[in-house]
Amino acid sequence: MSTPSLPLADLVRQVRQSREYPRLTDAIPYTRFMGIGVENLAGEMLCRMRYAPHLIGNSILPALHGGTLGALLESSAIFELLLKTDTERVPKVISTTVDFLRSGKAQDTFAKAFITRQGRRVANVRVEAWQDDRTRPIASSHALFLLSEP
Amino acid sequence: MSDFSLPSDTAERREKLSILFTEAVPHNHALGLRLEEVGATDATVVMPYADMLVGNPETGVVAGGAVTTLIDAASGTAVMAALNAFAAIVTLDLRIDYLRPARPGLPLTARAECYKVTRLVAFVRALVHQGDPAMPVASSQGTFMRVED
Repeated sequence: MSTPSLPLADLVRQVRQSREYPRLTDAIPYTRFMGIGVENLAGEMLCRMRYAPHLIGNSILPALHGGTLGALLESSAIFELLLKTDTERVPKVISTTVDFLRSGKAQDTFAKAFITRQGRRVANVRVEAWQDDRTRPIASSHALFLLSEP
Repeated sequence: MSDFSLPSDTAERREKLSILFTEAVPHNHALGLRLEEVGATDATVVMPYADMLVGNPETGVVAGGAVTTLIDAASGTAVMAALNAFAAIVTLDLRIDYLRPARPGLPLTARAECYKVTRLVAFVRALVHQGDPAMPVASSQGTFMRVED
């Protein structure tokens, strides 16, 4: 495992200021492997999962593996919490429910997370993922996370 | 993709599904998932620990997204076992509870049981553990649907 040069909390604080999102997403091995990054698009912070052949679950259709959409939704919630709240460590998922709405095509997938409630210890987050048309999401989730106290 | 039925012999069944499990599913292969067992209505899948799966570089704990993929793969295979066919199925929903932190360095094993099938919909529960099923890391409940060509 590659160790980030900075403690993660310091890196997160720097990225909140500088918005150099790849510094954070590249520090997490799984999001790097999955090609999941944070981007500022039209003033809005979104996640993008770049299409790669190893994300395919059904080669005949072809369609993205359901688990990759789960991964994008969860990563999007974690980055939203890390960058928009003052939690200092990677939030721990308590539970998650994913609805798979349409099959994911072999192309980039986007996600937007909404923090629906943030308490002192627990946050509720809703996420939607889409490809061509944001009004036709391909997957959505709601999840609970345990936050570290700053 | 047309469905085809599975052999009745347990070893042949496992072998046939194992090959399809990784060869037809690139992401299962990319995560190193192995189909260990297939019963009449259940499937057991192992995900070896790997650095690329780490979601928290400070603790070495595997990302929840990788656990989601493991559970989805095991649950889908349990549905095929219960349908007795390599069927075209899709996941409708999946709920996962994370019961205890996964220990870094150890493989994760998911055992999924398809406890009810109707003509179109199948219901599956799964438990994820790291060697002792009595100390699960995660539990899940999912629904799957059979799709027509």
